[in-house]
Amino acid sequence: MNPSAMNMTDGWTLGVILGLALVTLVTRCFFFLSSQPWQLPHWAQRGLQYAPIAALSAVVLPEVVMTQGQLITTWLDARVFATVAGAAYFFARKGQGQAVLGTIVTGMAVYLPLHIGLGW
Amino acid sequence: MARWLAWWRHPEFQLGLREMAAVSPGLAAWGLMTGVAMVKSGMSPLEAVAMSLMVFAGSSQLAAIPLIAAGAPVWVIWATAFCVNLRFVVFSAHMRPYLMHLPLRWRLFNGYLTADLSYVMFTKRFHHPATDAVGQRNQLAYLGGGSFFNWSSWQIASMLGIGLAHSIPTNWGLGFAGILALLGVGCSLASTHLRRVSAGVAAMAAVAAFALPFKLNIVVAIAAAVALCLMLEHLPPTRQPPRVKGPA
Repeated sequence: MNPSAMNMTDGWTLGVILGLALVTLVTRCFFFLSSQPWQLPHWAQRGLQYAPIAALSAVVLPEVVMTQGQLITTWLDARVFATVAGAAYFFARKGQGQAVLGTIVTGMAVYLPLHIGLGW
Repeated sequence: MARWLAWWRHPEFQLGLREMAAVSPGLAAWGLMTGVAMVKSGMSPLEAVAMSLMVFAGSSQLAAIPLIAAGAPVWVIWATAFCVNLRFVVFSAHMRPYLMHLPLRWRLFNGYLTADLSYVMFTKRFHHPATDAVGQRNQLAYLGGGSFFNWSSWQIASMLGIGLAHSIPTNWGLGFAGILALLGVGCSLASTHLRRVSAGVAAMAAVAAFALPFKLNIVVAIAAAVALCLMLEHLPPTRQPPRVKGPA
């Protein structure tokens, strides 16, 4: 896409998008594409129970403590306070009821004033 | 039609819907900002709508958007998306025993719709694959409910973002609600000591390995956390003082 064609539909981009859809399909279905009988070794199956929480925290922490690929060097960052407040809400409620929703709402209630108001 | 209605009315489908609804503000904010990002990068509304509906993967979309805008080689864009999506390959290994009783087309249907949060909520509710038909139906209904809500709220928010791209301020950081949704679900998974270890190790590894290209730091972090937890499983749960041998 060249700058003069900004916001115009072109075949190249649609082709790329089609390929990306295929990438989503193949990666999400990778290990059950084949119908061959086959089993993961027992240790791997046990190990996978640690994968969901690992994936989540691996996505979350860099988004909280890094900017432009660098660790932040200041505490005056709205994301840090929002994350601490959100997690504190969750554990104060012991995860009961709508604790996840409360985590989002509490976090944003801390984040937005600090970020928009104070520019943190 | 009646078949779909029966799935819709299934109590597990309804539960899946409700549990996913609790994280929907985060999903919606994230979808909204992804919609905005697509249009602001110079994509046409038609391209942005096609991308949202077909690709349906926030992180790989966000990785591909600047590459498309820059006119990068096609294979670079696809390889980047594949690497960003590698965590789904790990998830698919986990999901395999739950889905193998289905014919291929329904495995593809369910797999394609199983994004991060549907996978996490599903494996949180069902620790083992069902062994009978009723159990399999229950599991599939729960997965379907969660995926359906996840898909719809993401798509609606994305369309809004595409339509309102030029009136939604990007510097407010609304997309951070998506991170908070992942944080909340992560907290709800931290139910055992080793899972908390897994979270801590993965978080630090992801930061330490951040310089890797294609978001490979996520996959490295998962591998490190799983490997360490498997090793720790073999340690005795509590250290006991050495037994003193001597005359009774």
